[in-house]
Amino acid sequence: MEWFNVLIQGSLLGGIYALFAIGLSMSFGIMRLVNIAHGDLIVLSAYAALVITDSTGVDPFSSLVIVVPVMFAVGYALQRGLLNFTLSGGLLPPLLVTFGISVIIQNGLLQIFGAYDHRLQGGAVETAALHFPAGISIGVYPLMVFAVAAVAIGCLQLLFYRTRIGRAFRAVSDDADTAELMGIDNLKLYALALGIAMIFTAIAGVLFAIRTIFDPAAGPIRLILAFEAVIIGGLGSMWGTLIGGMVLGIAQSLGAALNPTWQILAGHVAFLIILIIRPSGLFPRTRD
Amino acid sequence: MSLLQTNNLSAFYGDFQALFDINVTVEQGETVAIIGANGAGKTTFLRSVAGVLHTVPEAVAFDDQPIGGKTPHEIVQLGIAMVPEGRRLFPSLSVEENLLLGTHSERSGPWNLNRVYELFPRIRDLRHLPAPSLSGGQQQMAAIGRALMSNPRLLLCDELSLGLAPVVIRDIYDCLKLIAAEGTTVVLVEQDINRALDASARFYCFQEGRMALNAPTKDFDRATITAAYFGM
Amino acid sequence: MEAVRVVRATSVSRGFAVSAIIALAVLVSLPWWSDAGTTRLIAEMGYYLALAQLWNLLAGYAGLVSVGQQAYVGLGAYALFYLTGSWDVNVFAALPVAGLFAGLLSIPVSFAVFRLRGAYFAVGTWVVSEVFALVASLIPVLGGGSGLSLTPDIMRQIAADRAGRDTILYLMSLGVAALVFGIVYLLLRSRHGLALTAIRDSEPASASLGVNTFRTKFIVYIVTAACTGLIGSLIFLQKLRLSPEAGFSINDWTVVVIFMVVIGGIGTLEGPFIGMLLFILLREQLADYGSYYLILMGVLAIATMLKAPTGIWGWIAHRYDLQLFPVGRRLVLARSADALIGQVGWPQSFEVLQHRLAQKFRKLREIAVAMIGGDRGRK
Repeated sequence: MEWFNVLIQGSLLGGIYALFAIGLSMSFGIMRLVNIAHGDLIVLSAYAALVITDSTGVDPFSSLVIVVPVMFAVGYALQRGLLNFTLSGGLLPPLLVTFGISVIIQNGLLQIFGAYDHRLQGGAVETAALHFPAGISIGVYPLMVFAVAAVAIGCLQLLFYRTRIGRAFRAVSDDADTAELMGIDNLKLYALALGIAMIFTAIAGVLFAIRTIFDPAAGPIRLILAFEAVIIGGLGSMWGTLIGGMVLGIAQSLGAALNPTWQILAGHVAFLIILIIRPSGLFPRTRD
Repeated sequence: MSLLQTNNLSAFYGDFQALFDINVTVEQGETVAIIGANGAGKTTFLRSVAGVLHTVPEAVAFDDQPIGGKTPHEIVQLGIAMVPEGRRLFPSLSVEENLLLGTHSERSGPWNLNRVYELFPRIRDLRHLPAPSLSGGQQQMAAIGRALMSNPRLLLCDELSLGLAPVVIRDIYDCLKLIAAEGTTVVLVEQDINRALDASARFYCFQEGRMALNAPTKDFDRATITAAYFGM
Repeated sequence: MEAVRVVRATSVSRGFAVSAIIALAVLVSLPWWSDAGTTRLIAEMGYYLALAQLWNLLAGYAGLVSVGQQAYVGLGAYALFYLTGSWDVNVFAALPVAGLFAGLLSIPVSFAVFRLRGAYFAVGTWVVSEVFALVASLIPVLGGGSGLSLTPDIMRQIAADRAGRDTILYLMSLGVAALVFGIVYLLLRSRHGLALTAIRDSEPASASLGVNTFRTKFIVYIVTAACTGLIGSLIFLQKLRLSPEAGFSINDWTVVVIFMVVIGGIGTLEGPFIGMLLFILLREQLADYGSYYLILMGVLAIATMLKAPTGIWGWIAHRYDLQLFPVGRRLVLARSADALIGQVGWPQSFEVLQHRLAQKFRKLREIAVAMIGGDRGRK
């Protein structure tokens, strides 16, 4: 039954990876922009929560009440004030500008908080577990995170397919030029998109920081995990990203079961294998 | 006071000049055709009016207001809508969603979902299907409907007949007459000269970015038009 | 129609070549009249310049924006340390092998990453680098997480005493920088360089003209990897200690290199020089302020990308129409120049005349072409 636990654990890991990936996926789907600073924005959210919990004493979950709107504003301003200007220059400007932002965030956090490790305190829920017969046990926290991810994706799907603004998002994602001809203000929409993406990024940042130690340099690996989940799942499909996250998580868990130091590497290897044999991912939908 | 007036409109793609000092006037309620060979600058003209190509403010006047340099979505807000070349329906959206997208600018007027379905009954039954699954003619109708949903005062139609069978083209142009009858001003770009001249009261002929001819349709014979079309 | 010559150099570039040779001679003599700190700094500048030229070749010419070149720095370094440490290979023999090793490993890597495009390619190369770093940290014979060190015996293979070692390492750094620059320069001057520029400008268009885009990019990627590996091995030869974190550090080997190239001027040969000098200047001047210089460089990089995408050199070159390292080609229409000399006076050289005319008298040029082409021209 140990292997069954490994599988469950891995699948639930997919939740946090999917949460990491949502913002990245939205950015690319709607703005065709791969945000290299994405991982650092996750970490920035964690630090924001840290500041709030340290200064007010509230628990990290409650700090989301402030962190989420703040990160929404950050995303909106970032896209509106900076990233919107990189969209017409080809491949290099968005890549290099977001790269620059990544370096600025990392070093800024380093200057302000120092290179120390931190972790948000989530309380008893961190270690709680549900026990089932036959030796199966499921961590409450990972289960909760997975549920949050599923609900988040469900909400996003509702947004995209049942609202006016979601329709506009899909149209812009299909054909930005024609969308503008139909009266859509593309630049404002992009800003809104990144703002919404940052909502999920903020949630991801707080949730991951409860379970995992973080420091200013923790961003890049989060970007890579998000990226791997998106690529494995296939570009353009949110539920696919969840599945991609689960595959990644399972690969990592299997690796960790063989040898704890192999966890991250196992995920990378699975990613590379899928990249070689099925480059468009498991459930691809976007035309590029 | 004309609805649309261009004043020495010139347009560039980078260093390449596509339009040279174009002066076009369209009165309220008119249907005006723009004909010309490939590369004559017809689509460039429409794109300049629609705001896709950058122009100086005075180059395009709508209701006597300079609109050159405004962004496309601002121009839609003012009441100009485009049916783009090649239809350009949104593939991820259903037919109805495509139509609904046309209401994004929230302009008021006679056109709504039901009226569009009345005009194009053939697409009503297909409205929940993804847009790419429609035939060329049906897509063209949907594209026109989408533009109408923004209740434009001026409708710009780019190559409606492209890739369509003659029977279908005839149906579409019949619908266009109904649209014009509602009072909508129409500028249509067409390679099919007969269709264009049939549907319009006045026409302009473009040749290599310049205006070669402009006149009321009934006054001119085909020979003169052909000569202007090919620049002879 | 006779007398159309393809000319590579301009008088400016020739003048520059002379001063460059003089500067190089001065640099080579440095160890004999300067202190160890300065030679070490200049050696470091040499490595950074070489890395920057290589990244520029990849990203600015081949359009392969890699954020994972640190993989090859680490691979080269590990190859060197392993060969000299566990297999007792002589240092001087191990260095080129290290470069070759990195180049060889880049082949399977390219199979994976070439499936990705644009920004996805970038992140993919990053993942590959992380994989190498993780693998290195897990292999005991490579020192695991704590890495490897070079023994004094190995260092003595270079030279008997410290000063001698410093001199040789310094000269090797200069040599490698010059070698890499030479490779990049000659490549860009050649047909392959023209192909690269075409690919960079438009891959589909160049493919339709018969340029084998995949093979060209593939070759550039491998050559760059091998050179990067060689540089990596030299860098860590100087550092004496190697760990997975240091060898595969994206911050040390990629972030700063990218900033150098972007701010200096991507897609130009002169740009990386300027970027490297600016970076070193900022780092030395702001050394007391922690990592603020990195933040500053990040801001500069963003500003450059938005306001002056061709970088500092791109701006200068455009303003003054300069090219110090001639990789372009200019056509000289001798007959037209002849016909017009009477009007504008005797020029210093046909090249200068052509250059000035093209800049300021576009109409005159049209007349010249019409005169040569006869009535084939437009009305």
